[in-house]
Amino acid sequence: MDAKVTPSRLTPSRKSASDFADLPLSGGGEKPSVVVIKENNALQLYALDDAAARQNLAIGMPLANARAICPHLKVYDAEEAADAKALNDIADWCDRFTPLVALDAPHGLFLDITGCAHLFGGEAALLRLLCDALTVQGFAVSAAIAATAICARTMTRHVHGRIVADGEEAGAVSPLPVSALGVSDVITNGLRRAGLKTIGDVASRARHEITARFGAAFTTRLVQALGQGDAPISPRKPPPDYIAEQRFAEPVATDTVISATLSRLAVTLIASMEKQGKGARRLEASFFRTDGVVRTLQVDTGQPVTRPAVVDRLFHERLDALADPLDPGFGFDLIRLAASRTEIVVQQQHDLDSHVHDNDELAALIDRIAARIGSRRVVVHLPEETHIPERAVLAAPAQHALAAAAQTAWPARTKGEPPLRPLRLFARPEPIKVPLATVPDGPPHHFTWRRADHTVVRVEGPERIAMEWWKQDGKVLTRDYFRVEDETGLRFWIFRDGLYGSELKDAKGDPVAANWFVHGLFA
Amino acid sequence: MGSARTSTSTLATLRGYIECIETQGVAMAGRIALGHSEADAALQGGLARGVLHEVFAKGGRHSAAASGFIAGLTARVSARRPLVWVRQDFCEIESGALSMHGLAEIGLDPRALVAVRAVDVESALRTAADALACDALGAVVLEVWGEARPLDLVASRKLTLAAQTSGVTGLLLRLAAEPAPSTAESRWIVRAAHSPPDASWSEWGAPRFDAELVRNRHGPTGRWIMEWKCDECLFSETADPQPVAAAPAHRPHQAGVVLRRAG
Repeated sequence: MDAKVTPSRLTPSRKSASDFADLPLSGGGEKPSVVVIKENNALQLYALDDAAARQNLAIGMPLANARAICPHLKVYDAEEAADAKALNDIADWCDRFTPLVALDAPHGLFLDITGCAHLFGGEAALLRLLCDALTVQGFAVSAAIAATAICARTMTRHVHGRIVADGEEAGAVSPLPVSALGVSDVITNGLRRAGLKTIGDVASRARHEITARFGAAFTTRLVQALGQGDAPISPRKPPPDYIAEQRFAEPVATDTVISATLSRLAVTLIASMEKQGKGARRLEASFFRTDGVVRTLQVDTGQPVTRPAVVDRLFHERLDALADPLDPGFGFDLIRLAASRTEIVVQQQHDLDSHVHDNDELAALIDRIAARIGSRRVVVHLPEETHIPERAVLAAPAQHALAAAAQTAWPARTKGEPPLRPLRLFARPEPIKVPLATVPDGPPHHFTWRRADHTVVRVEGPERIAMEWWKQDGKVLTRDYFRVEDETGLRFWIFRDGLYGSELKDAKGDPVAANWFVHGLFA
Repeated sequence: MGSARTSTSTLATLRGYIECIETQGVAMAGRIALGHSEADAALQGGLARGVLHEVFAKGGRHSAAASGFIAGLTARVSARRPLVWVRQDFCEIESGALSMHGLAEIGLDPRALVAVRAVDVESALRTAADALACDALGAVVLEVWGEARPLDLVASRKLTLAAQTSGVTGLLLRLAAEPAPSTAESRWIVRAAHSPPDASWSEWGAPRFDAELVRNRHGPTGRWIMEWKCDECLFSETADPQPVAAAPAHRPHQAGVVLRRAG
């Protein structure tokens, strides 16, 4: 399924464009209704229904004028975010026809149906299927199929349901008014003033004249509309490398059928990837509900998956752990499994090398846990080049960094020394209360942490850790760390924030009391 | 009189048989000596692999000591194989996150560790059970804060079964919790212990634990002061025995065969 359209193509590339007047207004109420939006500090008509159009209202007209023409106007505020969401949902639904669906904001969609139409009984049948389904949902649809996206879009602006055969683009577009090109009002008005009413009129002029007057972008648009050049559409998602899907004549809703379908699709998908020596790193299962809602679940793996059983198990974990379970509604009529990221698999002989086998098992375990609770929650650790204790370790997702973590070098411990770093470290140092009666820059004799008093019996320190002045702006304080043990044997890693006298002083230069923190606990 | 003696010896023989049957599964998985001779003797040679062990911190304050003790046990049983440490998010807030540099100082290799942060006890339990079933691992540590209702006898039975099937040792670290019935092979209550009173300034600070073995399925219980030798990677006796509560002299093996099952 190649989305790239080149002039030397063998199979004709076909685009379908749909235009929605997605308003809740298409019902034939007596009172005309309009949707308004604030532009240049004035309310303008953004969309209108048939009744309003019959009253000679037009999009872009100020609301005040519209009220003057038609006093009994029902007015609604435009909700652009909701419109965009509706368009996105429709695009999700259109994924069932082709993986290449592009948004044409504010209310259009491009579908690259090259090589897809025959699956639905031909272009005409596909177009009918698509339009009927959307009309049933209450949308007013205008759709067309043509060799180039811009040509198809130009057609939708004026006629509905037109299928332009290859090579007939110019003939189909020529009689349409220039406004169908969808360019700015300035250009449309300029063309009209020049007496060029239809696209055919404009096309009959020499290109350099048009370019000189209206700009190169307009000429390009014109050429594309005439089918003499094409611009690529930008699909919402990259097309997956491999797809396996199952359509149902009757919608399915039970868990057993869904999981059995997923297993079957996994076998098909893996078989097609195996032929090319590929394994999946990211899998997506899409569930298309009969009422148009699409739910997509994604599973990432640390190692390329080459066995259907593994795919099956990963999705089983994922489905099991969903916070909002898969709601089948009235049932799913299409389930699709796609490998959206794949890798070449190097075949390894596992039986003789137990180490390789162990690593695979660990990676598979990590994948399963990550599928259930999220990949950010399964981590390995990498040392960082810094002295600041709370930043000295980077926790990276185990799925991606397992190999890197296994090869890093951690600073070796000094033989014969007790541990110099605590076993448990607080992400944020916790303040402790230290009485003032201690030596100003020495360790405390008592401190209070979490409302419990501790008497210090042994102290080792200070270990002075200066902050990274070259990275941080403003005032950063040096820390003096002490390892202390209290009378019950608990060991703490505490520090004083700032050097007494040199860093800790008020505006007059007098030393002020330091803040103390407990940063970690030793075993 | 004679018949009584015969019945006593028959009974002893039978008990011997039962003991053989009960310890058979464990003996296959092997035992790892901790290095502390008295504790090893009580544990019949060392910590059993492929079963579940519980370590309780005596109150929330001793959580670091309990973590250190469990890190020591893990270092002993995992034999440089990968290690999965599952912990509840709340543990991190309450008693600090596990520091990789601290682990390296204790003698555990941070490269072998995969950490899992679970939101709640249920998902932590499920992850731990999943990990215990993976025989590529050396050990699985499950760290849970407080009294956890989902961690009941059924859950611990599941963990034990998973551990027995795969041969991976499960270590349960319970912070701020009271012991409850479980199917664990051994149960420890750990407190931090003082550094030796006469140690010089440079020598104090080695991890020392006041470890109380309160449950031992195949031997007596006891309470010892243990020191973790970071360089040799084993537990050892302390040079200066500190006064602690006397351990029970001997717990007969056959005491409460029925009660054993109930935890």
